[in-house]
Amino acid sequence: MFLKVALLVLRKDVIIEIKSREILFTTLFFSVSCILVFSFAFVSEGQAVGDVAAGILWIAIAFSGTLALGRTFERERYGETLKALLLAPVARPAIYLGKLLGVVILLGLAELLLVPLVALLFSASLFARPLLLAALLLTGTIGFCAVGTLFAAMLVRARTRDVLLPILLYPITVPVMIAGVRGTAALLAAPPDEPVATMWIGLLMSFDVVFVTLALWTFEPLMTE
Amino acid sequence: MIADFDQISLVDVTRHFGRRRAVSRVSFAAGRGEIVGLLGPNGAGKSTLMGMLATLVSPSGGEVRYGQRGAGRDGPALRARIGLLAHELHLYPELSARQNLAFFASLYGVDGGVDGRVDGVDRVEAALQSAGLADRADDDVSGYSRGMRQRLALERALLHGPRLVLLDEPFTGLDDRAVGIVTDRLKRIASEGAIVVLATHDLDLAEGLVTRLVLLRDGRMIADEAAGPGLRTRYRALVGG
Repeated sequence: MFLKVALLVLRKDVIIEIKSREILFTTLFFSVSCILVFSFAFVSEGQAVGDVAAGILWIAIAFSGTLALGRTFERERYGETLKALLLAPVARPAIYLGKLLGVVILLGLAELLLVPLVALLFSASLFARPLLLAALLLTGTIGFCAVGTLFAAMLVRARTRDVLLPILLYPITVPVMIAGVRGTAALLAAPPDEPVATMWIGLLMSFDVVFVTLALWTFEPLMTE
Repeated sequence: MIADFDQISLVDVTRHFGRRRAVSRVSFAAGRGEIVGLLGPNGAGKSTLMGMLATLVSPSGGEVRYGQRGAGRDGPALRARIGLLAHELHLYPELSARQNLAFFASLYGVDGGVDGRVDGVDRVEAALQSAGLADRADDDVSGYSRGMRQRLALERALLHGPRLVLLDEPFTGLDDRAVGIVTDRLKRIASEGAIVVLATHDLDLAEGLVTRLVLLRDGRMIADEAAGPGLRTRYRALVGG
């Protein structure tokens, strides 16, 4: 039943997104713009200045993720539909899980465009170890979105939510960002440093378990006024 | 699991938001078949009280009881028997009426599985018929008028056959004919055993509909009595204006 509710919420979000395409397009536009701006600053005569590709990829993921999180819950604020979800006779953490899955999928789609773009513009060998890169992106995205989904839901009624979300989110997800950047940098090394990348993936998995567990545990009390 | 109940009771219920006292020591009870009118001027605490009855807001003090149960431990089971139509309509404008109702029917476990029927009734289709929206069921809600949304929101709130029906200004945006239909609907669900709590400023509509009157002012309950003729006069005498 728990998973069924989470999938119902996810399905509803996917249907709305397919109809409107609002969040996907704005997230893609923003993240591509972000990477292009960095490429103007850090790419000279077709060569990136220093090992910046990993950092830029994760900055773009964090910025576009913040945008996607804000917009996803803005939708639930309009018409107070989040209240309607909370009023349903279901385990409230399942609602959190459904929203989390939706944001992770959305950000995953954005990453499908971001990764080749960073690889192309910064001449980064991001596809040398595709499975390890996919694992890094997946675990990092889950960690970032796990915290972000909780905060975005908490702030849905706050007037200053657009300002507060990054202020609260970025400090807490610093470990995720560090692990993501260091793990990606290890994959970009020549030759790719697989043991180090694997170590960061393990660390990200630990973060994910901690963040998701804490969010599931605190969602209900935090959402009750 | 569904937790049914025959009565709701509020015992010295208080709610503070920071230093602001929204509701102070309110006590009343209501049983099946009653339509309780929750009346009072703006800021009287009606919406906060509705939020507490809906289990969305926790009381700072006192207790809300649903039969022998409290919202703290039996929240999800109780919510299966609570329907709320708030001032905001709890509808997704990007979805059609049918998609909105189908989503909430699934959440409440009344989607009926493969054939969509519960007790021989397709709840979603019945709700669309009842809202008078069967011919526009597949249009996005964003294209509906306020009255159409209001009718759809009422059906969404009643989709799962709630025991406790909480309605915050349910007549907003409705034309005379729709008001008559909604009024008859509320009387019927009350006669079928629901407890209806209705917060409204429209005293003319409340008169003849509500069977009990709970008057609030500045978060305090100033009257709890059987409704009768002369509601407006009574309201002016107690609340003023």
